Amino acid sequence: MIQERVSLSKARQQWIRWQRLLRAQRPGDLFFRGITLLFVLIVLGLVAGTAWILISNSLPTIRRFGFSFLTNKAFDPVHDSYGVLPAIFGTLITSAFALIFAVPLGVGASIFLVDFCPRPLRLVLAFLIDLLAAIPSVIYGLWGFLVLAPWLHNNGEPWLQQHLGFLPLFQGQPEGVGYLGAGIILTMMVLPLIISVSREVMLVTPVAQREALLALGATRWEVIRHAVLPFARVGILGGVILALGRALGETMAVTMIVGNQANEPSLSLFTPGYTLASVIANQFGEATPGLFLSAIIEAGLILFIITLITNILARWLIASLQRQAQGRSRGGRL
Amino acid sequence: MTQFTPSPSHRGRLQLRYLSALLLLGLLALLAACGNNSNSSGGTTTGSNSNTCPSTKQLTGAGSTFDNPLFSKMFQEYPKVNCGINVNYQAVGSGAGINNLLQHIVDFGATDAPMTTDQLNKSTSGPILHIPITIGAVAISYNLSGVSQLKLTGPILAAIYQGKITSWDDPQIKAINSGVNLPHKNITVVHRSDGSGTTSIFTHYLSAISPDWQSKVGAGTTVNWPTGVGAKGSSGVAGQIKNTDGAIGYVELTYVLANNIPYAQLQNAAGKFVAPSLDSAKADAESFTSIPADLRFYIVNGSGDNAYPITGFSWVVVYQNQSNSDKGQALARLLWWMVHDGQQYAQPLNYVPLPDTIVSKDEAQIKAIRCGSSACYSGS
Repeated sequence: MIQERVSLSKARQQWIRWQRLLRAQRPGDLFFRGITLLFVLIVLGLVAGTAWILISNSLPTIRRFGFSFLTNKAFDPVHDSYGVLPAIFGTLITSAFALIFAVPLGVGASIFLVDFCPRPLRLVLAFLIDLLAAIPSVIYGLWGFLVLAPWLHNNGEPWLQQHLGFLPLFQGQPEGVGYLGAGIILTMMVLPLIISVSREVMLVTPVAQREALLALGATRWEVIRHAVLPFARVGILGGVILALGRALGETMAVTMIVGNQANEPSLSLFTPGYTLASVIANQFGEATPGLFLSAIIEAGLILFIITLITNILARWLIASLQRQAQGRSRGGRL
Repeated sequence: MTQFTPSPSHRGRLQLRYLSALLLLGLLALLAACGNNSNSSGGTTTGSNSNTCPSTKQLTGAGSTFDNPLFSKMFQEYPKVNCGINVNYQAVGSGAGINNLLQHIVDFGATDAPMTTDQLNKSTSGPILHIPITIGAVAISYNLSGVSQLKLTGPILAAIYQGKITSWDDPQIKAINSGVNLPHKNITVVHRSDGSGTTSIFTHYLSAISPDWQSKVGAGTTVNWPTGVGAKGSSGVAGQIKNTDGAIGYVELTYVLANNIPYAQLQNAAGKFVAPSLDSAKADAESFTSIPADLRFYIVNGSGDNAYPITGFSWVVVYQNQSNSDKGQALARLLWWMVHDGQQYAQPLNYVPLPDTIVSKDEAQIKAIRCGSSACYSGS
């Protein structure tokens, strides 16, 4: 009883506090707060609506195939048997390829831009790189299809096979189109994103930190290693997440060069393959209502979930990095 | 708490902003309302109702991209000779065209693959009629340096597309290409990655030729390809072939003729090697004497001496029972014109004109369209 009354009075106190807060605010503020809240709710509603549409429209295949949709190799409308294993594999392998190459390249390039590049040149280079980020993906795709794929087929892939053919990555018949080509195109597409973001965060490293290290006799590399990179780490990771998002969902450019063939997942980068986005782009136009359409929408749902999971993991990584950094600064270490 | 007191001008600006925000919201609401209105008020038509012309002045269709160049020309000419009836055709793909018809978004659909029984059962407005409107052929294109003439047979083609023949100097290919120096080169198999009527015709041909193909892969607008690389659209497949020495692929004949792409001769059911052309495709269509009355039929592998075997119809699909009889009359007139006078535009655009045997079957289908208790088409 007493407890109840205490909690009641607590709630009452809370209520009074709210009332006071509301009274203290002028109607204009209240109105503005309401409007902005509405905008947030609209955005949340859109995401929730997307998820709901994806789930409700893919129910036929979810019921029919369950988890085998994730492990079945064939996407076969003729026999009404659907699976997206090759597409999931292709989405992950091409995005991973892109990040493995784009992150070191991008961070390295932004270190040059921030620390070594003469100022006038930096402005020009930064402008050009931002321009690269604005090129529509279909143009990357055309370049990939008309220039990169023939070159890979005739020169690039045979060369790799000749010199590095002992690696399983470079075995199989060179086709030009395939995971290698898609990975290269994705690398090119996410590189400007990573460079732009890392450059911005490196530029705001406190000068005092740099100068302190220089005063201790540190080399340029040591300044970057111990002052700039730890400071910019979280920001760079943010750029990488943006890049990953783009790589996972990229549709047009990848469709034009990935080979669009549901092959068994294999380590060979020469294999023509599929990604979830390209399955949707290819099949949606001719999909007929029923299991076929449902399967395509479930492919979209899986892409949605993969994007969600990678984003959550990345947030968690950033949070833990930040905590680590705070802990370190409290401990008095550099 | 509030140290900040807005100056009059500042407050004025704030109010202005509220106003503009409100205006924006109002505008959005208005737009949404308008969107709804335009959807619901599509059926009403006004205009003079003469004795011969239906009052409907606008018909809409959607579907096959293959038909689009021909339809563009037809629907450009049609209003000039027939009551000024405009036809709005959207080339959204055969599957989407069928979906649009089933959802009553359009008056007719156009498709390169006949509707399946499953799809027909989804109709909420009764039976749907298939009317062949033109004929398409699929050419086998290739890129093989030093080889300008190539002959193939159906079984070889099926084996290549199943990954059973992987090299150009395979004994089976050599046997029918005497005198041609075939290199020892891997075959790169190219297929369409997007769903397509071209794929449907091609895979129905392979199924007709090879029981093994029929049981393992089957036929449809999209199949689970055993091997090869997929490219998007006719231009994608043609580009992939052009880029790759040793490639083989299938491309619709209109595209091949318009772009001078090398193609192979194919052995037909009579044992003759025939190049794809408008004439040989027409010969194939003419060689079928018994076609089911609903015209949902693949005319692959015809028996004539000059028949090119990978040939198929492109259909217009309409509801047999038209709910709006005025619109139904306009539609029936349009279809009648398309299978008669409209056919003159086929040849110049590299389409195969319908043979007379098919036109008479189409006439029966068009006369079967009902507007209430009578037939929609009133001519003869």
